Amino acid sequence: MSLVNPKRLLALLATVSVAASAQAATDISGAGATFPYPVYSKWADAYKKQTGVGLNYQSIGSGGGIKQIKAKTVTFGASDKPLEPAELKAAGLVQFPMIIGGVVPVTNVKGIKAGQLTLDGATVASIYLGEITEWNDARIKKLNPSAALPATAIAPVYRSDGSGTNFLFTDYLSKSSPKFKQSIGANASVQWPVGIGAKGNEGVANMTTQTDGAIGYVEYAYAKQNNMAFAKLINRGGKAVAPSAETFQAAAANADWAHSPGYYLILTDQPGAASWPITGASFILLYGTPPNPGDTAAALKFFDWAFRNGGQMASELDYVPLPESLIKQIRATWKSDIKGIPAMAAN
Amino acid sequence: MNSAVIEADSRHAAGQRLRESIFRGATLVAALLVLTLLGGVALSLLKGAWPAFSHFKLQFLTREIWNPVTDQYGALAAVYGTLVTSLIAMLIAIPISFGIAIFLTELAPPWLKRPVGVAIELLAAVPSIIFGIWGLFVLAPMLQRHVQPWLIDVLGPLPLIGKLFQGPPFGIGVLTASVVLAIMVLPFISAVMRDVFETVPDVLKESGYGLGATTWEVIWKVVLPYTRSGVVGGIMLGLGRALGETMAVTFVIGNAHRISPSLLGPGTTISASIANEFTEAVGDLYTSSLIGLGALLFLITFTVIAAARLLLLRLDRRALSSV
Repeated sequence: MSLVNPKRLLALLATVSVAASAQAATDISGAGATFPYPVYSKWADAYKKQTGVGLNYQSIGSGGGIKQIKAKTVTFGASDKPLEPAELKAAGLVQFPMIIGGVVPVTNVKGIKAGQLTLDGATVASIYLGEITEWNDARIKKLNPSAALPATAIAPVYRSDGSGTNFLFTDYLSKSSPKFKQSIGANASVQWPVGIGAKGNEGVANMTTQTDGAIGYVEYAYAKQNNMAFAKLINRGGKAVAPSAETFQAAAANADWAHSPGYYLILTDQPGAASWPITGASFILLYGTPPNPGDTAAALKFFDWAFRNGGQMASELDYVPLPESLIKQIRATWKSDIKGIPAMAAN
Repeated sequence: MNSAVIEADSRHAAGQRLRESIFRGATLVAALLVLTLLGGVALSLLKGAWPAFSHFKLQFLTREIWNPVTDQYGALAAVYGTLVTSLIAMLIAIPISFGIAIFLTELAPPWLKRPVGVAIELLAAVPSIIFGIWGLFVLAPMLQRHVQPWLIDVLGPLPLIGKLFQGPPFGIGVLTASVVLAIMVLPFISAVMRDVFETVPDVLKESGYGLGATTWEVIWKVVLPYTRSGVVGGIMLGLGRALGETMAVTFVIGNAHRISPSLLGPGTTISASIANEFTEAVGDLYTSSLIGLGALLFLITFTVIAAARLLLLRLDRRALSSV
């Protein structure tokens, strides 16, 4: 005696497979950077509730995202490091920034609380080059005349896994110190001459809070949520600024996007009195002539929705939405550079 | 009627032969599948690593540099870290495992045998990421505060071996990674050792005791020679795990592509480098160099297992000739 009616089972299977294929047809597929993953997935949740269209985003890393979009296995790629205009053109890709975040230096020096220490790029570079080895070094004292700095040895901590955080930090140090640029350079992974490598934000945060005299760098959200002792930085305008949503957005707003083809602009060390110097955008990559225009249109719809409705959600996760002027410019880019897409609904 | 029986019998026999040959074929396919997989892995590793090997030639093996900015890669630091952490882990784990196995099979009171045995098996089931997080949050601070300062003060000033224990106590580093590895391979080695020790016939041991041998002598002269190949097998199983362990090591080794003379300093291993850098590796030479590291690990593991087999063969031959 059979408990399951075979006909019914068949019908059930058929509905399941139809549902699965329908979902596959409407889901937006993307792959890449890990840094924006929390905010992309939060947006995706809300978007799915509103529209029924899901997002399948694999946070496999920027390198993987670039490879996957070039192999055309996903509709969009995401990268923390913008592709150079020549590379974009060769691959037929269009690139635009999607979300902003920042990197924050954190310290563990006895008697120094959050925001009490001020550093500048050249000094941090010297620390990570192994040239400044004690906290009471004259160069640090000069920036902090009133702080009581101990004679503790500095223990530099770096991110060991390849990441956009590393890229932003080393890019900033390369811009601040010719010697750093020459001997180390900017990349998602670099060869550090001194210090100890910890895995991920959590590893760096833990090593820094555990080791007396340590200095490290983590994503802003991480420093904020864990109440870590961040250091202020002196920006290109010569002002000491603290990391916050306002200073990140100032860096993005002061940047010269209009004269950067392919939005190839790294937001570190931007001008402006209020700009946080280690700010970075995470980028989206799409095909200029999409192999499957319907998929790309669906992806653009999602990005457009996120620009409109995603600001609040991003702020809750301590990311920073793009300034309005930049969003306008990106919408114009979509219209002019991506072929075969029906016009977006006007806002 | 007789002929009908014979016919039925032969039909039955034919069916059996068919089943037999199907079964044989199926097992052959399963065996060949393993070989094909192994060959496939080796080939694809070589293919992926070829750009790096042909670009750097022998320098890939002899240089310590690992610089993604200038695209210069050498595997020396990672190979060194892999071998050193595994070696120290084995130095710690083998004697302890030996002690556990001997205690459980020869000395423990029966009421203690089961709980300790189960505890060891449970330890083997802990995922490596747990060991990594435990190493980072619990073991590393403990070593940093209590053990490493002592090592630096007491062993640091000594000639020769002092070099191994100098520098600031970071907590994480080559030594911490080795300790975590030792704890991870310990259950494997001791479980295998215990199982093979239990296969020793009581008659043999009782004869030893009957001749007036001490427990130590029975273990050394009866149990160990009888179980030699099993013990070496257990050690190799542990070593294989230590060489390839990724997550736990990545958390606690300090991830620096340098060879520091001190065991307290940061280092890296092959698998830790791959886990750290593969996701964000952009550029063909970089990716290829990471795959090249993987190929080297494959080669090292292969060599270790081959060497162990050879050693066993030698031992067996010597044992035969001495009889």
